[in-house]
Amino acid sequence: MDILNALVVFLNFVFIPAATYGSQLALGALGVTFVYSILRFSNFAHGDTMAFGTMVTIHTTWLMQAAGISLGILPTALLALPVGILVTALFLLGTDRVVYRFYRERKAAPVIIVIVSLGVMFVMNGIVRLLIGVNDIVFIDGMRQIISPAEFKTMTGLQEGLGLKMSQALTLIIAVISVIVLFWFLNRTRTGKSMRAYSDNEDLALLSGISPDRVVAVTWIIVAILTTLAGVLYGLDKTYNPFVYFQLLLPIFAAAIVGGLGSPVGAIVGGYIIAFSEVVVTYAWKKVVTYLLPDGWAPDSLLQLITTDYKFAVSFSILVIVLLFMPTGIFKGKSV
Amino acid sequence: MTGEEDLKALRSDRGNKDASITRREGMGTAQPVKPGGESYPAPGGPFLIGENMTGGYGRGADILHDCTIAVEKGQIAVIVGPNGAGKSTAMKATFGMLPLRKGRVRLDGEDITGLTPQARVARGMGFVPQVNNVFTSMTVQENLEMGAFLRDDDFSGTMEQVFDLFPILREKRHQPAGELSGGQRQQVAVGRALMTEPKVLLLDEPTAGVSPIVMDELFDRIIEVARAGITILMVEQNARQALAIADIGYVLVQGANAHTGSGRELLADPVVRRSFLGG
Repeated sequence: MDILNALVVFLNFVFIPAATYGSQLALGALGVTFVYSILRFSNFAHGDTMAFGTMVTIHTTWLMQAAGISLGILPTALLALPVGILVTALFLLGTDRVVYRFYRERKAAPVIIVIVSLGVMFVMNGIVRLLIGVNDIVFIDGMRQIISPAEFKTMTGLQEGLGLKMSQALTLIIAVISVIVLFWFLNRTRTGKSMRAYSDNEDLALLSGISPDRVVAVTWIIVAILTTLAGVLYGLDKTYNPFVYFQLLLPIFAAAIVGGLGSPVGAIVGGYIIAFSEVVVTYAWKKVVTYLLPDGWAPDSLLQLITTDYKFAVSFSILVIVLLFMPTGIFKGKSV
Repeated sequence: MTGEEDLKALRSDRGNKDASITRREGMGTAQPVKPGGESYPAPGGPFLIGENMTGGYGRGADILHDCTIAVEKGQIAVIVGPNGAGKSTAMKATFGMLPLRKGRVRLDGEDITGLTPQARVARGMGFVPQVNNVFTSMTVQENLEMGAFLRDDDFSGTMEQVFDLFPILREKRHQPAGELSGGQRQQVAVGRALMTEPKVLLLDEPTAGVSPIVMDELFDRIIEVARAGITILMVEQNARQALAIADIGYVLVQGANAHTGSGRELLADPVVRRSFLGG
């Protein structure tokens, strides 16, 4: 029995990756919940907005690298991030101007706007593939590992290594900062409060002199920030591929619904629930169990519930179960 | 997409009750005057007057027919009448919550017919809707802050005045407005509208759905607000009580003026008594 080594394996292969993935999902789900609360529809183009923002960031990164600009040990993409956010914000505001505004002004049923967002999704999908292609792209540079497993082994003398990648540390730090800033904005600033007021009661917001156009514009800008951040962090951590980003829509929606659509806290908690479930169910536990069991009791099988190929089945099952038995989610969202 | 049928199709949810992908809650229904209109001087006449107003919602039939509602500065005007008489509609029309087809609205010597509701708030009008008149998910204090949204100056003094007028709100200032009782919510609603320090306050059935004791209390507060120099125009179901405090009363029937007079006159008028006050 070797609890310490089991713990290191668990942290290295389950906890840290799941916490990182969870943070990325949480940022994505926050964006979904935001659009749902304020613009009142589920934005099916969310995954492709992430792909768009990341695409712009990657192109900017390449330009910067060509010009010899770098951030030293940090990835150059962090420097390119503001450009990605800015272009995405302009793109979203443009989309709102030519597509969504038409339906909003006519007070179209939200379900119609959901389908409109599906159309936007296809267009964005096409634009992104046209501008960057469909292949996997690795765009992280600078220092890759903050602590490498090999260093950890020599440092501690343990059999197993515990690594912390730069992308993982960045994801966790940036996610925490963004969430704090977002909550401060919503609860403490005048613009943030006016957005909550608009979400609560559009007509009364109008009577109070809150401009709907301004609220909608600020919403899209925040969505641009959240999607580009989530997309770039995911791309730094894994690889960039537009199709994978489109597929992220499922775990992101599952996260938002598990937490309770419309609840920002729920989106964050939901993100971690989905990420941990996915990793726990698809991880081969053989090594951890072997360390925990007495010598000679090691299992023959991998102890992997399902292969990673089926990881989407996990979010999908959770989504279905939650919608059947707890449709308002953990934090009493708005879905019925 | 220009026809009324197309618009209807666009707004229809086809029996969709699923809120997991859409959210109807809190969605706007108002069809206010479109931005871009101007106001211009029109001196003379009462402080606030909706003159010969004709109009209805969307492309629907007229609800108001040549209806005139006016109130002098510092006075209380009350609109009463049977259900569906267009009382609320008449008041909403003076606030720009529905575009007029004919007639005009003047406030303090200015023609404001073309202004949006927001612009009218900036000109000193406050409006308290009958239902959904508080931000339920926000605290009492945040509700009042939203009332003062258009103000750039320090509004803590006004908030203190509102708390003095409605002491219970001071106690519950950090509680979400959705958790308050009906009467307390009405106080928040009136308080929110008072935050802009309006010159004229429009109240749509402020006592709807509250107990008789709370109703008396609310009427007292409204008189207090009027004594502070704020002009009041309100729609009331409790016609007898409302007319008793009214400087001028309007009885509307089918969107048109049926009887007009001081509150006392209307209460004494046998026709009004028989038709609208139950004898």
